[in-house]
Amino acid sequence: MNPDTIAADDITTIVHDQADRLFRDLISPKLLALCEREPWPAEVWAAIEESGLPLALAPEARGGIGLSMAAVGGLIALAGYHTVPLPLAETILAQALWSRAAGTVPEGPAALAPANSADSVTIEPCADGYRLAGNSRSVPWGSHVTNIVVFARNEQREGFLVLVPGFMTWSTVSSNLAGEPRADVVLSGIVVPDSLVRPAPRELTHGLMPVGALVRAFQMVGAMRRVVNQAVEYAGERSQFGRPIGKFQAIQQQLAEAAGHLAASEAACARAASEVDGPDFLFFAAVAKSRAGEAAGKVAEICHQVHGAMGFTQEHTLHFATRRLWSWRDEFGGEAYWQEIVGRTACAGGGPALWPRLNAFS
Amino acid sequence: MTSFNFDTPRLPAEALAERSRARDFLANELAEQRYPSHVTTWSSFDADFSRRAGAAGFIGMTWPKAYGGRELSSLTRFAVTAEMLAAGAPSFAHWIADRQSGPQILAHGSERAKREILPRICRGECYFGIGMSEPNSGSDLAAVRTKATRHNDGWRINGSKIWTSNAHHAHYLIVLARTGDAGADRHGGLTQFIADLSQPGVDIRPIYNLAGAHEFNEVFFDDFLVPEDMMVGAEGSGWDMVTRELAFERSGPDRFLSDYRLLVELIERVGNDPDARQAVEIGRLVSHLVSLLTMSLSVAELLGRGKSPNLEAALVKDVGTNFERDVPEVARRVLPVEPSVDREGDLFAQAAAQVILNAPSFTLRGGTREILRGMIARGLGLR
Repeated sequence: MNPDTIAADDITTIVHDQADRLFRDLISPKLLALCEREPWPAEVWAAIEESGLPLALAPEARGGIGLSMAAVGGLIALAGYHTVPLPLAETILAQALWSRAAGTVPEGPAALAPANSADSVTIEPCADGYRLAGNSRSVPWGSHVTNIVVFARNEQREGFLVLVPGFMTWSTVSSNLAGEPRADVVLSGIVVPDSLVRPAPRELTHGLMPVGALVRAFQMVGAMRRVVNQAVEYAGERSQFGRPIGKFQAIQQQLAEAAGHLAASEAACARAASEVDGPDFLFFAAVAKSRAGEAAGKVAEICHQVHGAMGFTQEHTLHFATRRLWSWRDEFGGEAYWQEIVGRTACAGGGPALWPRLNAFS
Repeated sequence: MTSFNFDTPRLPAEALAERSRARDFLANELAEQRYPSHVTTWSSFDADFSRRAGAAGFIGMTWPKAYGGRELSSLTRFAVTAEMLAAGAPSFAHWIADRQSGPQILAHGSERAKREILPRICRGECYFGIGMSEPNSGSDLAAVRTKATRHNDGWRINGSKIWTSNAHHAHYLIVLARTGDAGADRHGGLTQFIADLSQPGVDIRPIYNLAGAHEFNEVFFDDFLVPEDMMVGAEGSGWDMVTRELAFERSGPDRFLSDYRLLVELIERVGNDPDARQAVEIGRLVSHLVSLLTMSLSVAELLGRGKSPNLEAALVKDVGTNFERDVPEVARRVLPVEPSVDREGDLFAQAAAQVILNAPSFTLRGGTREILRGMIARGLGLR
């Protein structure tokens, strides 16, 4: 290990520890329940912003922390573990991407659009700058943020990032299964000045969907870790037939299966994070979202089964993570969308070409 | 907090270079049609292949040069092994010796055992079987009843082993035998021995599997003599050694690539432009495979650094063998096929037949699904 690596590992550990403590202090079941009625806990966002965590991925030269994608993934998984009811993951990405493209870090919380596979946004030059066309449905936190970082293409299919101030947009708000706000954002007709438009960085060849999918996959890893922990703990406490239910093989086998799904998802996410600057990032991000999305449903099912009726109540805290898992697996593209991309890529070169792609590790 | 020790190591330059050599070697094997890659796997026995692999330096790669090895890293071995599996290389002759018996001898064997045996393994000329399971001791390995007793000329072994793959081809078995009291935890009093199958006092009888193949055997020992210096490790240290050996046995890419060639044949048959349903099904399998490769490489790296990632190894095998069981089921959904071992020219039907007939063993050999999940549950703190 060279001194730089040690330093980077140390910083990662410090940031992760700080985030874990902060989330533990800030996020309570009471807050989570409140957020579902009143979705923006301003004091919590202020504390997170104060901590500097939204700058985790932004380059050091722009005032960011400059962590690797793998380290940021760990941070985002922690936010998933603690079910942070705010767009920390989206803001981390938005600040990093915009600062790379434009050299400045945008203030305040941010959202990413489009956030699903069906929507696209186009951009064309006009007298006052650039005009957008297209709408973006179900943008996570799109109605509550200072800026929306929009990926748009011009007529020549070139990609652009557009920093759209939230106040310029009009949206209809709904909520996901965990009561997190999702906004159908009208972008058509919005005119932004040149200063808010930049050619998309090289890593965004395929738009925001792959990076959005990867951060959701990391969030799911965190939330799965949470519910597996809760289920293991509960199985040790709850007694039936004179012993803790965790002593029954039927329970042990189910939780072991859940652990397998969690482990495989962790590995898929770690792999995708390590490929973030490589030519196959689309493929590996697709793998991560496919794997973690499939795992999310299975893990939630098993952990509910272990918790019995108690876990099905509003009073129990299990649902704060499981309802997020059921939503996150479909945001930024569900399993079928990403599996199809993986499958098409796998078939494109024929059987013998698959192996070198999977097993590069170089 | 539940957390696993998985990382994403990069392959060092040495591993990439050896991998490239292995790819060339295997491409040549395929070009020369040395073996039918759509139906062969790491559990296909082919002594000629093993000798060619040995001559090319792909066996015992990590072992000291003094014993015929090449002193390469465990990640290099991982990279080469994965290539062999992906190419359907018929590696069973040397597989067990290279994967676990050789490393045991290297770590715990006598100097004579190392000098006499390891170089022959490296040349692809010396084969091993695993003498763990017994008729009344399968999953419950601590119930081993085969007995070794000390005499003035060495140890005398009495008892029998079962499900011993390769025994009829193998030169040696490593036999786990009872040498003393089990103790309260039942893990005491077990010792491993290298049994030279050319010696008298051993009887090997075939057990045919449902595919009609002779891989398994039952092995009977009757006052079978093992010289003192063919004991592996200290007397009574068998359980710990077996536990570590199983981490090697369980975490490798052979636990999720046993039917990789069926996936290759499926993709070949589907073609470059799958419909959406086909792409989704194949994409799901591939996403599982990428995750497993990453997990397994990570365990290889930990083992190479002398760590004992037993929980992670159990996870690789449980998730990996479930994936293997899934591959033929998905293949049948994606493309209609009537599996057949002898439908001439239909590689997909033959590959499907080979896999379906062998699939039950995937989640049994090397520790059943239930045993592995019990280990994982222990790792989670449930037992």
